[in-house]
Amino acid sequence: MWRFAGKRAIAALLVLFAISVLVFLIFFATPGVDPAARIAGRNASQETLAQVRQSFGLDQPIWVQYGVMMRHLFIDRDLTSFVNRGAEVIPQVQQAIPVTLSLVIGAAVIWVILALVMGVLATAYRGTAIDPIIVVLGVIGVSLPVYWLGEVVNLVTQSRLHDTIFAWVPSLGYVSLSEGFGPWALHLLFPWLTLAVLYAGIYARVLRSEMVGAMNEDYIRMARAKGIGEWRVLLRHALRTSLIVVVSLFGLDFGALIGGAALLTEVVFGLQGIGKLTYDSLQNFDLPVILACVLYAAFFVVLANFIVDLLYAWLDPRVRHV
Amino acid sequence: MAALVVLILIILMCLAAPLYENYVARTDAFTSNVNGTYVVDGQTKPVLEASTEGLGLGVNPIGPTWSSQFFLGADNQGRDVMARMLFGGRNSLVIGFTSAIICCVLAGIVGIVAGYFGNAVDAVLSRALDVLWAFPVYLLAICLSVVLINSSLTIGPVTLNSGSIILPILIIGIVYVPYVARPIRGQVLSLREREFVQAAVGAGAADLRLLRREILPNVLPTIIVFLPLMTAINMLTESALSFLSIGVQPPDASWGTIINDGVGLLYTRPMVAIAPGIMLAITAVALNLLGDGVRDALDPKARLRGGV
Repeated sequence: MWRFAGKRAIAALLVLFAISVLVFLIFFATPGVDPAARIAGRNASQETLAQVRQSFGLDQPIWVQYGVMMRHLFIDRDLTSFVNRGAEVIPQVQQAIPVTLSLVIGAAVIWVILALVMGVLATAYRGTAIDPIIVVLGVIGVSLPVYWLGEVVNLVTQSRLHDTIFAWVPSLGYVSLSEGFGPWALHLLFPWLTLAVLYAGIYARVLRSEMVGAMNEDYIRMARAKGIGEWRVLLRHALRTSLIVVVSLFGLDFGALIGGAALLTEVVFGLQGIGKLTYDSLQNFDLPVILACVLYAAFFVVLANFIVDLLYAWLDPRVRHV
Repeated sequence: MAALVVLILIILMCLAAPLYENYVARTDAFTSNVNGTYVVDGQTKPVLEASTEGLGLGVNPIGPTWSSQFFLGADNQGRDVMARMLFGGRNSLVIGFTSAIICCVLAGIVGIVAGYFGNAVDAVLSRALDVLWAFPVYLLAICLSVVLINSSLTIGPVTLNSGSIILPILIIGIVYVPYVARPIRGQVLSLREREFVQAAVGAGAADLRLLRREILPNVLPTIIVFLPLMTAINMLTESALSFLSIGVQPPDASWGTIINDGVGLLYTRPMVAIAPGIMLAITAVALNLLGDGVRDALDPKARLRGGV
């Protein structure tokens, strides 16, 4: 197990390095795109351009620029914004991380619990009305644009109904956990539900199809032959092996969430997380902030994949020896 | 089947956009109509009224009339939302579909080459896919779009103008390649060990013949199954990029850009944002159901999206 973890950790670091190079190349070395021109604005004179290049170090060879930026980002930790010169990037990112993690983890808890309950119930009562409900929820979940759903939720909870039924819904924004669990959870409730709706159905569907498959396996027949009750067979025997697929799906979606759906949700609900920070820095082409945000997001994605790999190996020991 | 019918109806509706624009709404969907007027109950009213709510800033466009003109109301430039939505649907559908084709073709090539030739080729391609896999898709698409969308791009003899819809098509097509290439690579790896392939190798078949006659026909159903699913995913991605104003560029429209226009009017004229979202959701549901149907017909054993 430790050897496996070590190998995976090295692979994860290599992937992070490759991503940092890739992002850097996208912004600094795309043919026909000059970052200096973007910073200097439209119709800047040649002198201005040259001055901008020199002042931002864009006249140096590309690998030097990469090295300098990575040193400022990881070793000196004093990377500054291109737009608000002097504003340090890392404190901004550090402020944003708890917001994004609160959003994603809270939503994940909700949708995983919903999916477990629905999946197990659908397996226990397979062939009844629960099956089509889960299929429909799953398809709708993968078909709804998350930002649109968020806007509709805003419309319902913040508009006319805000004076009556939804008077208890606070205005948009994030409240830190240090101000108490209640306000924190209340401010995040609708963003959580919006995200959870998208994922709960498809997870329930995946779990159900895995569990129904597992119910035909020999070890289930064995468990039943030993006289174990049906619910215990479901929960202790079928559910555990079926979780493998759900866990690996979760790793992928966590990545997609941090980098995508969470970005859109944060923009829609006005949460100042990594996604919103990325979005704002993209608007004014603030390269150091973009780079830092993307790398932090990628770090969490790679970390999630790493944890999923370990969980996978723990749930299914055969994986360790591949 | 119902899914296919719904999809065809939506495509026909979008194809009929110019007819709707000229003969039903009698308007121009792409030029701003700030000083336009509209006749209701014999009275002539401006399409945009100065807002009386709040600070009195901004404009209050005409709401849904549910009749031929301004069926869904107007946006903040006084343009007919229904007409724009039909035109926007064309862009959404075209971008979703072509990028899905690009994605599936590229992924097919990468997956087959990596799986078939193995060894060093496979190692290089698989590692590259691993990196893209770990890169959050939306983030990659957003990074590429931000860099490319406002600058014209010259690749060899081809020049793409800024704001061309080719850019979102290429970007969306490329970022999803790992999602399709990975399962195909796995399938080719196992196909290569099968008896009929070994028999063809034993009969002295060349690589190209093996690929064309033995591997490709067996992989093709999987690729076809992915096509409607990728179209749905790509349409959603396109709309998200357009919503962040780095996809389809104005005055061109797509469902995403119209939702973006509608956000500013959300609390006064919610239909501008709601209607294109509903169209998008219906289209995506139809495509997903179609994908499930195609899979059941072609490849019942295929496992997409985890276990289903």
